[in-house]
Amino acid sequence: MSTPQTVSAQNCYHCGLPIPAGTHYPVEIEHTPRNMCCRGCQAVAEAIVRNGLADYYRHRTALPQSAQDLVPDALRQLVLYDHPDIQKSFVRDAGAHTRQASLILEGITCAACIWLNERHLQQLPGVIEVQVNYTSHRARVTWDEQRIKLSDILKEIQLLGYHAHPFSAEKQETLRREQRAKDLRRIAVAGICSSQVMMLSVALYAGVVEPASVNIMRYASLLLTLPVALYAALPFHRSALSALRAGRLNMDVPVSLAIIAAFVGSVFITMRGGTHVYYDAVNMFALFLLTTRFLEHGARQKSAEAAENLLKLAPVMATRVRDLQHEIVAVLELEPGDIILTKPGETIAADAEVVDGESTVDEALLTGESRAVAKAFGAQVIAGSVNLEGPLMLRVTGLGEDTVLAGIVRLLDRAQAEKPSIAQLADRVAAHFTAALLLFSFAAGLAWWWFDPSRAFEIVLAVLVVSCPCALSLAAPAAMAAASSRLLKRGVLITSGHALETLAHVSQVVFDKTGTLTFGKPVIQKTLPLSHLSVEDCLRLAASLERASEHPLAASFMSAVQEKSSLFPVETPQNIPAKGVAGIIDGKRYTLGNRSAAAPFQRAIDDASLLAAYPNATLVWLCDETHVLAAFAIDDEVRPAAAQAVAGLKKAGIKVYMLSGDAAAAVAHIAASVGIDNWQAGLRPEEKVTALQVMQRSGEIVAMVGDGVNDAPVLAGAQVSIAMGGGTQVARAASDIILLSENLSEVNTAITTARTAATIMRQNLAWAVVYNLVALPFAALGYISPWLAALGMSLSSLIVVLNALRLR
Amino acid sequence: MTPILISLLGLTLVFLIIIVFGIFWAIKNGQFDDLEGPAQRILMDDDDPMIPHNQLRDKDK
Repeated sequence: MSTPQTVSAQNCYHCGLPIPAGTHYPVEIEHTPRNMCCRGCQAVAEAIVRNGLADYYRHRTALPQSAQDLVPDALRQLVLYDHPDIQKSFVRDAGAHTRQASLILEGITCAACIWLNERHLQQLPGVIEVQVNYTSHRARVTWDEQRIKLSDILKEIQLLGYHAHPFSAEKQETLRREQRAKDLRRIAVAGICSSQVMMLSVALYAGVVEPASVNIMRYASLLLTLPVALYAALPFHRSALSALRAGRLNMDVPVSLAIIAAFVGSVFITMRGGTHVYYDAVNMFALFLLTTRFLEHGARQKSAEAAENLLKLAPVMATRVRDLQHEIVAVLELEPGDIILTKPGETIAADAEVVDGESTVDEALLTGESRAVAKAFGAQVIAGSVNLEGPLMLRVTGLGEDTVLAGIVRLLDRAQAEKPSIAQLADRVAAHFTAALLLFSFAAGLAWWWFDPSRAFEIVLAVLVVSCPCALSLAAPAAMAAASSRLLKRGVLITSGHALETLAHVSQVVFDKTGTLTFGKPVIQKTLPLSHLSVEDCLRLAASLERASEHPLAASFMSAVQEKSSLFPVETPQNIPAKGVAGIIDGKRYTLGNRSAAAPFQRAIDDASLLAAYPNATLVWLCDETHVLAAFAIDDEVRPAAAQAVAGLKKAGIKVYMLSGDAAAAVAHIAASVGIDNWQAGLRPEEKVTALQVMQRSGEIVAMVGDGVNDAPVLAGAQVSIAMGGGTQVARAASDIILLSENLSEVNTAITTARTAATIMRQNLAWAVVYNLVALPFAALGYISPWLAALGMSLSSLIVVLNALRLR
Repeated sequence: MTPILISLLGLTLVFLIIIVFGIFWAIKNGQFDDLEGPAQRILMDDDDPMIPHNQLRDKDK
């Protein structure tokens, strides 16, 4: 655990943001008065202290989001969650009056947040059980319906400054949970039984057991191995069977064969008497393989859970307007043609057309870029985007499966299904190896049948056990697991099985522009003062005005001002739709906004042609009552590691390409600044996929790096895909690798590591083959004694694992 | 040696069955669902208010 987070006196004790001058929101925490930045944070801190949870401040390792003032409207909406119709989709009956629901918690930043939520909810009368999952940020709450309502629980969570969304545990999620439980049960059985069998085997190997007892111990081993061979190893048998049915040979065929042969052979020897039994081999083998595969699947599961939190993108409720009456209804009840009202700050529930009102909408969901897009009468809006400025009356045009969002998800599914994959090396080797092995044991058996039929069975068994494909089947997963854990330490999460193997062969890397090569967030590139005021003063005025609004550009001004405490207090702040913001500072009225805000002062606009050096920038004008004071050019900024990453890739002999949905001028500008020579601009999501397929058809193995919903289909279609950690959930769900660190040069690291892992895997496979080539003839000639076979098998596996560990 | 061996092996079997049932119950109960959380949770001292001197700790900083 990292060190607890401390906050200086000038910053809000709760969220760490600077405290604006002239504000006073104190809360006494553990006998020390602390200052907060706003009413919201104060309320949250008070709620935390009142409930005896002040320990949170001592244990947290990351700062929470700034709390928003609780809007009575939002609280009133929560009551709707008590409605039986709405509850139907996510609440389960767990007894007479006991109900259980799954919630996604928003705003969790560290372990202390989880502690805070669990402790607080548990104190509420009527709440029976609360469990928050640290990895998936999901809570399972059980409560007594007669003593507390779900809306009260949700309200309490909001009081602490978090947001809870109920979600219906999808079928897939339930399946995954069951699968995990099954895997764990198999590992448990294999682990428990093999520890016992190994003890008995050591006694047998040591030769200290009386001949009379040997048989008893063999029968005991038989009994203990039975559940391992029949239950724990079942997945191998199943996979082998389905491969054989399809006329293929995969890795599980030799695995399953070795387990069955060693077990059945040992049973025969136990019953008829013979020199050696191989129960220990069966057990060890099953345990080793089950464990490595379980660990391999772990990371994939993690990202799948993150992807499912996507469900919350579309809201569950909307305000329907009918006969001048506003009523809040479940989105499921809406029909095309209904009129809905969306207030500023709300998420739009359906694809719709604006029938009244004027506002800007944040479509970051689709484009990955937080930019206010103006919407007026007749404009189309999409479900999942956020209304920013004014209330909008909308006529519903598409719902559920008919929305743009659902369409993109469908496109993604199709691209994923059509994904070209390179045949995996380990599987190819396994197929050849199995075929060779089967032929060899058959030949050996036949030869011995000829010479000495009494020993034939024993020899065939020895050949199968000595050649035990353990080393071979561990070769790939061990190298992959070691490489994955090394990359995870650097902030690169590998989520699919084939990712590393494919990455090692990549010949071309394709980048998206917005949000990938750039931050996807607007940054002030240039401030052009047009009056006597200095650059700093202009920025401070603008930031003060913007702080009063929730405009997406506000953050860019805030980050441009060095000292947050130097901001001016704004009187009567005002949002002017489609223009900008205004307010009174020091008795003077200032406006900040687009070209139309500066329109009364024509001269200044000509001066600003100087800003032509920033062709793609959004221009924002700061004016007082009589003059234009300054112009700001705001544009997306290129990530610092982008150029280095591109240079590194080129050096490694990999072609670099850029596909973007933006206009050609903007794309050319970015391409030049990071050193990409080949690019295509103005592409729609489907055109990106086509461009990708053209590359693939010419024989390239493509890695795609992206972040937005519009990238998701391309990500799914590329042989291997990398999503930015801060990207949209859909993009993350569609990709094989997630760059948690958002550091583009880690793309190079990932490729280098993948190549090293591929080398190590080849070494491991080579070793496994050499070991078998040496050991098999001896086994076939009957020279391998039982203990030597067991030693050889373990040693060959150990070497493979140790070699893989060099990667870490 | 044989009778004692058989009785010990029988005893082992009984224990094994108990252990397997215990683990299956724990898995079903969701105790293996979150493998990271409990490691972090142990660091949160729920008993802090019961320790008299700890209340001063924040002031000392």
